[in-house]
Amino acid sequence: MTTAAINRTGSLVRKPLVEFLDNRNVLSVLCMIPAAALLLTFLTYPLGLGVWLGFTDTKIGRAGLFIGLENYVSLFDDGVFWLVVFNTLLYTTVATVLKFGLGLYLALLLNNHLPFKAILRAIILLPWIVPTVLSAIAFWWIYDAQFSILSYMLEKMGLIDQYIDFLGKPNNARASLIAANVWRGIPFVAICLLAGLQTISPSLYEAAALDGATSWQRFRHVTVPMLMPILSIVLTFSVLFTFTDFQLIYAITRGGPVNSTHLMATLAFQRAIPGGQLGEGAAIATAMIPFLVAATLSSYFGLQRRKWQQGERDD
Amino acid sequence: MTETTIDRAATPRAADSTGMAYLATLPRRVVTIYTPLAVFMVVLLFPFYWMAVTTFKPNDELYNFKANNPFWIRSPTLANVEKLLFNTNYPEWLLNTMTVAIVATCLAIFASVLAAYAIQRLRFKGAQTIGLMIFLAYLVPPSILFIPLATMVYGMGLYDSNWALILTYPTFLIPFCTWLMMGYFKSIPYELEECALIDGATRLQILWRITLPLAVPGLISAGIFAFTLSWNEFIYALAFISSSENKTVPVGVLTQLVEGDVYHWGALMAGALFGSLPVAILYSFFVEYYVSSLTGAVKE
Repeated sequence: MTTAAINRTGSLVRKPLVEFLDNRNVLSVLCMIPAAALLLTFLTYPLGLGVWLGFTDTKIGRAGLFIGLENYVSLFDDGVFWLVVFNTLLYTTVATVLKFGLGLYLALLLNNHLPFKAILRAIILLPWIVPTVLSAIAFWWIYDAQFSILSYMLEKMGLIDQYIDFLGKPNNARASLIAANVWRGIPFVAICLLAGLQTISPSLYEAAALDGATSWQRFRHVTVPMLMPILSIVLTFSVLFTFTDFQLIYAITRGGPVNSTHLMATLAFQRAIPGGQLGEGAAIATAMIPFLVAATLSSYFGLQRRKWQQGERDD
Repeated sequence: MTETTIDRAATPRAADSTGMAYLATLPRRVVTIYTPLAVFMVVLLFPFYWMAVTTFKPNDELYNFKANNPFWIRSPTLANVEKLLFNTNYPEWLLNTMTVAIVATCLAIFASVLAAYAIQRLRFKGAQTIGLMIFLAYLVPPSILFIPLATMVYGMGLYDSNWALILTYPTFLIPFCTWLMMGYFKSIPYELEECALIDGATRLQILWRITLPLAVPGLISAGIFAFTLSWNEFIYALAFISSSENKTVPVGVLTQLVEGDVYHWGALMAGALFGSLPVAILYSFFVEYYVSSLTGAVKE
């Protein structure tokens, strides 16, 4: 009788189709379709396809045959591959340490009471939002062997006698690329950590100060533990994206001189696309996955710890 | 986290006006805060300054540090900009990048809003697991996907077309946007939706008329973030596009402006400057949204 009553008022007439679509489960499936279709087709499937290609000898324009572990065996005996793994680990470690050291320092500076704080924050993020390749080109020019402005400044200050060959020598090139990566990464780390710092209540610092804690002790025993959850997540993202970096290297050195700055991603690209060895390139890309899984797991445990610290239940 | 992302960015600012800042004297603040901050700013901004200076320098000044002060331009010229705009495919690259970034962003936002609503509000069976999987998808970097994607794109006949990029960019946009929108939907009180349900609205009507209007800041954040991510994307655009007129700005500037061993630094810097400006201008209008989406996604 109630439905009829409502019908008579005319406000709530529902067709069976509408009723069916409004079912929670039906609607859920419908809502998930666009995202699921795109992600399954262009993310999950290629992820699997990439692993499969690593076991084949596919070349551009020719479908490959299954050759088992041959790609990996040849990579295992390939000196260049091991050099590249070393480069990648070195690049990731040094860049991450510097980014977090300097980023945390910048975040602590910004966490003070400052005039024009919003504008400062906006300016600091600039290196991060500008397309990496384009700022990399600017660094390429700054590192130019003949017309480097850095060398010019150092020479004027009397620190060096002749211009530095930034990109011509292996270790110089590595250091230059790490500097460029750190330059781009600092804003991201600093702004994320700043957001974390701002959630720490000032009363904690006051309480610590009343108990006689020095500023270092306040940093070590209040700031660091309170910042740890967000730090671990930002760290995971940073490690992940530094490890798989491609743009900076490709734009500035293309892996040279003599492969000393090649990372796994650039080597995979070089062998697969210009080199045409899709199978081998895919094998190199697949070899990155174990490292990524390790980084992801640390992120997962970072999340767990955060909930525990906030006294939330794990849902 | 029950507050909204905007709230989270905004509330602490009220708190930091108190604290123990009054204890530091001005000279002390100059040494410990302002000087290091100034050094950071100079280092972070110098490459942009250098980009701009190089763009407007004539060649004889550019390659002669002895006779000219390299930090200043004596006779500014637009020759490099003119070369970029009229002698290269730069306008086409710009148009391609715009098209790809806008269409990919819209596609990603559409898919993400529906997915986030289903996960966060409809709470179907397994919603939590799906949410976690979407987060994991964000951790899959383009560097390990571009080779299989290149073969797929070629097989689908999309090679060297904008569609190759429009369809692949959502793979890194959707996870991020979904995660962000889930955080926003979480912050909207259930009661509003329950009221609408009692009034006889369908769930899609609720999403369209109640939830989405309340989540507009989240939509803007996600949109801005997705747009800049698409604008900056490089490896897919490098691998899937071959002809000059179909390239995007980052790829075009890097691959087409370098002719053999001759680097036209003026034109290259002009390309870098004018490729960065659109996204920098857009960013300057929506800084707060951008920052909140960046920090919100990390803290979620």
